[in-house]
Amino acid sequence: MSVLGAERIKLFSTKSPWWSSLATVVFVVGFGMIFLLTTASLVREDGPAVPFRVGVSTTQQGIFFGQMVILVMAALAITTEYRFNTIKTTFQAIPGRTSVMLSKALIIGLLAAVLGEIAAFASWGLGRLLVTDFDLTIRTADQWRQVAGAGLVFAITAIIGLAVGALTRHTAGAVTALLVWAMLGEQLIGAIPRVGDKIQPWLPFNAGGHFLGVGPNQNEGAQTGTDLPYNAWGAVAYFAGVAVVLFLVAVLVVNRRDA
Amino acid sequence: MIEAVGLTKRYGRTVAVDNLSFTVKPGRVTGFLGPNGAGKSTTMRMILGLDRPDAGQVRIDGKTYHQLDRPLRTVGALLDAKWVHPNRSARAHLRWLARSNGLPNRRVGEVLELVGLTSVADRRAGGFSLGMSQRLGIAAALLGDPQILLFDEPVNGLDPEGIHWIRQLMKRLAAEGRTVFVSSHLLSEMAQTAQDLVVVGRGRLIAQCTTAEFVDTASETSVRVRSPQLDRLREVLLRKGYALHVEPGVDGNALVVTGSVTSEQVGEIAAEQDVVLHELSVRRGSLEEAFMRLTGDSVEYRTDGQGPAGPAAAGSEDLMVAGGVNR
Repeated sequence: MSVLGAERIKLFSTKSPWWSSLATVVFVVGFGMIFLLTTASLVREDGPAVPFRVGVSTTQQGIFFGQMVILVMAALAITTEYRFNTIKTTFQAIPGRTSVMLSKALIIGLLAAVLGEIAAFASWGLGRLLVTDFDLTIRTADQWRQVAGAGLVFAITAIIGLAVGALTRHTAGAVTALLVWAMLGEQLIGAIPRVGDKIQPWLPFNAGGHFLGVGPNQNEGAQTGTDLPYNAWGAVAYFAGVAVVLFLVAVLVVNRRDA
Repeated sequence: MIEAVGLTKRYGRTVAVDNLSFTVKPGRVTGFLGPNGAGKSTTMRMILGLDRPDAGQVRIDGKTYHQLDRPLRTVGALLDAKWVHPNRSARAHLRWLARSNGLPNRRVGEVLELVGLTSVADRRAGGFSLGMSQRLGIAAALLGDPQILLFDEPVNGLDPEGIHWIRQLMKRLAAEGRTVFVSSHLLSEMAQTAQDLVVVGRGRLIAQCTTAEFVDTASETSVRVRSPQLDRLREVLLRKGYALHVEPGVDGNALVVTGSVTSEQVGEIAAEQDVVLHELSVRRGSLEEAFMRLTGDSVEYRTDGQGPAGPAAAGSEDLMVAGGVNR
């Protein structure tokens, strides 16, 4: 417990997590509203001719941008320790490095989960206020998952960010690797002719997005072409699996390496 | 009590610490002396479990660092004063450290008071001067009221007042019965504070002894004699095989007998020969000279353009000296 407390004090005694938290919510809500309003006006003008529908998941299209901020925030939670050598002070105070890593994962994962819930429900709530001529009420279990699931996806995202941060030990390296992979890599691999479609479901961030219905295979969006090898819960389980494997590798490396 | 046994650390092909064994006793300030690059910081990191030794181990009161429960209560260390997050306040830095080892929050206030940082405790540590950072580092080291303290080059870059403060602090901590292990590349600094010395060069142990013994054994001692019968004394001493030279001075010529010689020997020889003595004094080489002599082969970076002496040659000399001084 004392290790958890120490990590909590560490996280909240600098400014960057506060700014990251604010940015996460602003990005999710901001981009979500832009997407919702443009989609709604397109559907209003062209009616059924447009291949979109406006529903609960339409309010959640900003999630991906918030997820990118979470990745950076989680990576920073450990790369700044290496940058300023406080990692040495940390391991001196707590020689059990596995418990340090677990505490960090728990704290940053919890923060990400809370931010995910706040951002997702704020997006949905604000969307209902701004767009009243479409039914945005949460009724089905799927719709609940698409909104309330953001916390889970953000927590898993944070673990991936933390693991990559611990492996690279450099802010610039970790952030570049994470963002290039999540924003560019997965799209480009998905675009490879023939095999791209088959690989795409196994790209972790796509799988996470599918759970929330905001990925390229979204339920209420444009294309639903690919036959997916898993359902929504399978998708998030796969996403979590990738995070756990990365995290275990990071814990192993951190334990073996000189601080 | 710190016990290092056969400690070895390699970085690629460089051997930073080479089969190093030593003991640091409680109730004394023990200096960890060696030129820059001798492996002092690496050794300290291995003591704290930060770096993994390639061979050997360190025991702290019989346990390895990883076996210590809440280690800050046993060992406090200041390795580098700049190891703080620049945007975190001094108080927050100490607060998370205290929490990590289950120490009460009031300890934070106590150590801040002790090092005189109370008034700036809520300022960001990145804005601290080196002296203030050093004090914060010492506050962190004292947080758990540990019986063992490690300081790596604590007076580097400090102003005279700060140096004085740290010297007094280390002496006080040792007087309270704690184990104080402090590294330095400055012998003069160690002569001020340390009772015991662990001397290293290029990662190897050169000597472990008291500071006084180190000076006695390692530094060149010579005996200076003045006498109205100087020529006679000189002949006798030369016959007995002593190395000497004549040193002119304001009070007439003097003989300086060098090599392994004591004032007793010279005095007795003079008495045997009925030589009147006007002066018989022992002159000790400075600690700096002793240090240079001992570590001369062990300095990693030289200025004379020659590479370091071969390992075999350096090794034999180190062993010889270590054999003479180690106990």
